[in-house]
Amino acid sequence: MGAAAIPLIVVTLFWAVIGIVLPFVIPKGPNRGILQVVLVLTASCCWIFWLCCYLAQMNPLIGPKLSNHTLLLMAKNWGNGVEDL
Amino acid sequence: MQHLEFCHPPSGTKVILLEHPVVSDPYPQYWMSLVVKGALRYLFIVFHALIRHILRLLFVTLHKSGNNEFKDESIELLHRGDTFSGISSPKRGPNMSFFRSEEMVLCELFIQPEAAYSVVSDIGEHGIMQFRDLNGELNNFQRRFVSEVKMANEMERKLLYMEAELKKEGIRVAKLETQPSAPNSREIIALDAHLEKTEGELNEVSSSSVTLKSNFLELTELKHVLEKTQVLFAEQESSAGSTEARALIAEDQAAANISRARLSFVAGVIPRERIPGFETMLWRVSRGNVFLRHAEIEEALEDPRTGDEIKKNVFVVFFQGDQLKTRVKKICSGFKVSEYHCPETTEERVQMVTGVRTRLADLTMVLNQTKDLKLSLLTGIAKELQSWVIKVKKMKAVYHTMNMFNQDVSKKCLLGECWVPLADLQQVKEILTNRSESSGSSIPSFLNVISTKEVPPTFHRTNKFTNAFQVVIDAYGIATYREINPALFTIITFPFLFAVMFGDLGHGVIMTTFAAWMVIFEKRLGKDKSNNEIWNIFFGGRYLILLMGLFSMYTGLIYNDLFSKSINIFGSNWKADGYNESTLLKNALLQLDPADKNFYIQHPYPFGMDPAWQLAKANKIIFQNSFKMKLSIIIGVLHMIFGVSLSVGNHLYFKKASNIILEFVPQILFLVLMFFYMVVLMFIKWTMFDASKPLKYGTRCAPSVLITFINMVLFKENPHEKGCDPLMYPYQTHVNGKIQQDAEMELEVQASEAVNSDSEGENHEEEEEPMSEIFIHQAIHTIEYILSTVSHTASYLRLWALSLAHGQLSEVLWTMVFRIGLVMPGFVGCITIFAIFAVWATFTVAILVLMEGLSAFLHTLRLHWVEFMSKFYTGVGYAYHPFSFKRIFDEDSKEE
Repeated sequence: MGAAAIPLIVVTLFWAVIGIVLPFVIPKGPNRGILQVVLVLTASCCWIFWLCCYLAQMNPLIGPKLSNHTLLLMAKNWGNGVEDL
Repeated sequence: MQHLEFCHPPSGTKVILLEHPVVSDPYPQYWMSLVVKGALRYLFIVFHALIRHILRLLFVTLHKSGNNEFKDESIELLHRGDTFSGISSPKRGPNMSFFRSEEMVLCELFIQPEAAYSVVSDIGEHGIMQFRDLNGELNNFQRRFVSEVKMANEMERKLLYMEAELKKEGIRVAKLETQPSAPNSREIIALDAHLEKTEGELNEVSSSSVTLKSNFLELTELKHVLEKTQVLFAEQESSAGSTEARALIAEDQAAANISRARLSFVAGVIPRERIPGFETMLWRVSRGNVFLRHAEIEEALEDPRTGDEIKKNVFVVFFQGDQLKTRVKKICSGFKVSEYHCPETTEERVQMVTGVRTRLADLTMVLNQTKDLKLSLLTGIAKELQSWVIKVKKMKAVYHTMNMFNQDVSKKCLLGECWVPLADLQQVKEILTNRSESSGSSIPSFLNVISTKEVPPTFHRTNKFTNAFQVVIDAYGIATYREINPALFTIITFPFLFAVMFGDLGHGVIMTTFAAWMVIFEKRLGKDKSNNEIWNIFFGGRYLILLMGLFSMYTGLIYNDLFSKSINIFGSNWKADGYNESTLLKNALLQLDPADKNFYIQHPYPFGMDPAWQLAKANKIIFQNSFKMKLSIIIGVLHMIFGVSLSVGNHLYFKKASNIILEFVPQILFLVLMFFYMVVLMFIKWTMFDASKPLKYGTRCAPSVLITFINMVLFKENPHEKGCDPLMYPYQTHVNGKIQQDAEMELEVQASEAVNSDSEGENHEEEEEPMSEIFIHQAIHTIEYILSTVSHTASYLRLWALSLAHGQLSEVLWTMVFRIGLVMPGFVGCITIFAIFAVWATFTVAILVLMEGLSAFLHTLRLHWVEFMSKFYTGVGYAYHPFSFKRIFDEDSKEE
């Protein structure tokens, strides 16, 4: 797998707290049920959305096709620079 | 794994069983086979149950399952009613009222006639009952309280007249903070008398002011005539020559008079637009023997009745002889001119002018005084008008409602029938007891709950937050009584699906800001009832728009799209370190290889789409298409599974448990085995196939999920390249075949459930549908479900299509508009970018936020109404329209 542990755990934990822990903590009131449904649905939708994006990039079958200008800038600003330069 | 052998693939295909699976963990196919095993076992139970049901149908009469839930639960609760503590939420759980529509009871009201008016007006204030018309056969004039309604109509007419007068003078009616309650009978009489007196006064003042104004107009016109004719005569005299002039000055007045007396004239005032016609007519009739002179009156004159401005001209017609005189006079009357007698000599004219001037001055003073009087009268009215209007409206509404009551002869009280939500029953009882006491009648009014087989209206109690979502769902169809309310889930799924199509952080911020402004200032903005429909729609949906904006910000972060630019928070995971200078100089475009550690650090960007893809103009869309299409199908299949699962709730509530086995299970199994399997294939492809893996699981051999799926359905073998595996995972063929068989079996089950559920359903409706019709009915349902599953799954691809369109539009706007300003250097660039930003911002808001927002809203609506709700929603209920003053006033203000 090309997945890194930390983002997976952090994000899953975040949405798990919102979707599983928080619904039990909501105080009693007329809107308790609605809030519970809202929290669970939000957490599941957002988590699945993030997960799909993460999994889609995890094992990429192709890479981005960049122009040589872009590659030069990428190497200089984000990386270690280009050899022979 | 032995039982997998009984699945025989079609002859001619080679089944390749891998000796050594390349993948180290066997989990995918192992779990798959377990699921399949379980499904098969379940099917056996289903067929067994089916046979049992048929036998029962043939030999044993079916017991009536709980269809009188309208009666049972409500009566039970009623008997416990006196121990309720709370008013509005007695027994239901906290989310009961939004998960399903509220429980309603049919009640009979027995009201004493003395207390009736106050009871009904109290009920109107609270808005908790829907009255049924018991006098449907009578027309409006045969009803009991027709005279009171007539009186109310009369008062309304007077109020409308006063309102019109106020509008004419341009005085604004004061808006009330609190609404007055409906007046009782004493107040009504007093109000009526007061209104009559006020109307009389207003009438008097108006008519006198009209008379005064017409007098004023006449005098003004006369003055103008005198002034203008003075000019005209002076010209005449001067043009007559010096002899004439000398004749005037000389004593020979008689001669001068004679020469002038030959010409008679008519002077008057005519509206300006009639002059050409008048002239032509005069010319024709007199054959050119009259002479018309006219001059404009510069100031515009005021029409006494309407107050409009009229432009008039003074004219003088000179002619000779009496015949012409009569003709001219006839023409004048035909053209409705105002004739004025103009004295012939200058001195008389001057005298007259002075006289007129004095009279005008006096009249102006009187007119002003009358105007002041009218103004003060009207201002007095304006303060109270709103309160009167509301009182009369409420009174009329109460009498209309009381007209729906029956007169109970024996008990000498009024009898009414109404639907009441169970939760409000206690409140209604309190109103009855209170009003009975206060009206001082000996027999108290009371309420009786009747049990009925009729279907009650559907009532969803909403607050300002949930109202928008309920409106969206109700627009498709009102929920059947006590069916699961999709609006509860729409609160989140609607903004979420919208955001998948709209995903842009920048546009999301704009939308959120706008919605947040509406929400934070909602008290102030909601006070003035606007007539602008578009604003009302936006304001009514402010919470919906707020949620849509917030979710759009989230999806914008994940798509990494901020006005078509990406933001690099965590550092891109794609690197260019592996290239040296010569490679870069030789190639204009280079594609980074994900297998190489120098280019891809072998684990993905932690949150969202890697920013490197935004720079890859050439193949960004290819990569994103693959991601977004898979995402759309995953979201779609999950949404549909959710929808089908909700039908279980309905089956359980309406006590049709057999439907669960016969409808729900085949539906869900078909959906899951076919389309959730496709989702699983997508996840398998994402996890098992990698550029850095050996060939069989590498880029070149990665199979298309869609082709694999289609081949499975058609029982074809997957075409594959040399060296690649025809299967995505080991034992795939077996699994595929199993799934196919199961799916087909599900279809048969669903088709044959006709026998059971419908016959049970038909029994207590005392209808006999022939078995063949039921079978056809069910077969149609089955085919419809299968076809719709396929088409709906594909329909969810619009989530991909719209998000692609949105992204491309945003990119076009940036590169074609904004970038022009960014690349221009120097001082000129400074000014250019200022102007171009305005253009870019306008287009962004108008096209991308408004138009695309509307488009995505529409598509999300369609996805909910058709793809989601068709799985469980029947929606054949009718809405609950309580008798409520607030609702009446809202509707009236909407009509205006």
